[in-house]
Amino acid sequence: MSSVNVDYQIVAFCCQYCAYAAADLAGGLRLQYPPNVKIVQIPCTGKMDVLYALQAFESGADAVMVAGCMPGDCHFLEGNFNAVRRVERVKDLLRQIGLEAERIRMFHISSSMASQFVAATEEMLRTVEAIGPNPLRVSGKAHPQETCGLPSG
Amino acid sequence: MIIAEQKPFEEIKNLIEPAQRVLVVGCGTCVTVCFAGGAREAAILAASLRMASKLNGDPKEVTDVTVQRQCEWEYLDTIAEQINEADIVLSIGCGIGVQAIAERYPKTWVVPGLNTAFLGLPAEQGVWVERCAACGDCILGLTAGICPIARCSKSLLNGPCGGSQDGHCEVNEEIPCAWQLIYDRLQSLGKLEMLYEIRPPKNWRTSRDGGPRKIVRPDLRLSEEE
Repeated sequence: MSSVNVDYQIVAFCCQYCAYAAADLAGGLRLQYPPNVKIVQIPCTGKMDVLYALQAFESGADAVMVAGCMPGDCHFLEGNFNAVRRVERVKDLLRQIGLEAERIRMFHISSSMASQFVAATEEMLRTVEAIGPNPLRVSGKAHPQETCGLPSG
Repeated sequence: MIIAEQKPFEEIKNLIEPAQRVLVVGCGTCVTVCFAGGAREAAILAASLRMASKLNGDPKEVTDVTVQRQCEWEYLDTIAEQINEADIVLSIGCGIGVQAIAERYPKTWVVPGLNTAFLGLPAEQGVWVERCAACGDCILGLTAGICPIARCSKSLLNGPCGGSQDGHCEVNEEIPCAWQLIYDRLQSLGKLEMLYEIRPPKNWRTSRDGGPRKIVRPDLRLSEEE
């Protein structure tokens, strides 16, 4: 973890039933994951809106992770499948806009997969380190309070 | 409802290229339901244009607003201030919405963000199909509620033609033959004898052939005093 560039900002939209719990478990197990990851809890990745991702990128986020349940395990039956399609749409939009489609990615992580959550965040960080910072940032740092794209409260 | 789809992003970028302040105007009716031009699509398009212009080295001020119906003056009047402040209005309503803005705001440059496609319905999630050609002289009462004008590739009044193969149109295998659908439905309703009647050529003056159309309802008009 010593080589982590803490300036990179990764917004992780995590389903409360799986990936969010996996992140929690990672904490409980004292597993370290990159501090660049800012977690936004959502009730299901089916709540993931294309606009949330765009607002994150517009606010300077370098990457967006969407982490939902394993295929077939969605608490709301198919919210995670809807999220997969929306992530694909965001990839198309990013290409049109002129950003790299690799900046957003969908993960399937169950609540017990703490080490896989850590691996996913590290993989996402490696991706942004390879493609560089989001060129839309005004300054060198993103504004974490603006990156989530969700209303407060 | 009116079905539309967004123009290619590059075309939209070129349309707004000369402007600095861009107002994306969505419409809360038909194009919202077909996910082409509602509030969410307006916000997505505005955010995309802001980011693309910034990456291009020419950051534009792109804002968005959505009215309930772009095709009525009353709703357009509610956004007069925003329209007047914009260098260009990018309407993502149907073609009627674009023209309504142009008519209501003569000094405003308005461009379309959508291609208005047809009158139809959502056949399933994410799939829209054409159902009406707005010909102005409905014959659905003669064709078992299936429109051969909109759904037959030749708009035949006495079909099917020789291009109907296994229930599909020769134009494209994915197009069901409208006249096969009409035959099947008449048969299931026990009204096949209706097909014995030969339909004379249609009067197309009620359609586009009579020029732009207009309907006046004297009973609904306001008196001059009002």
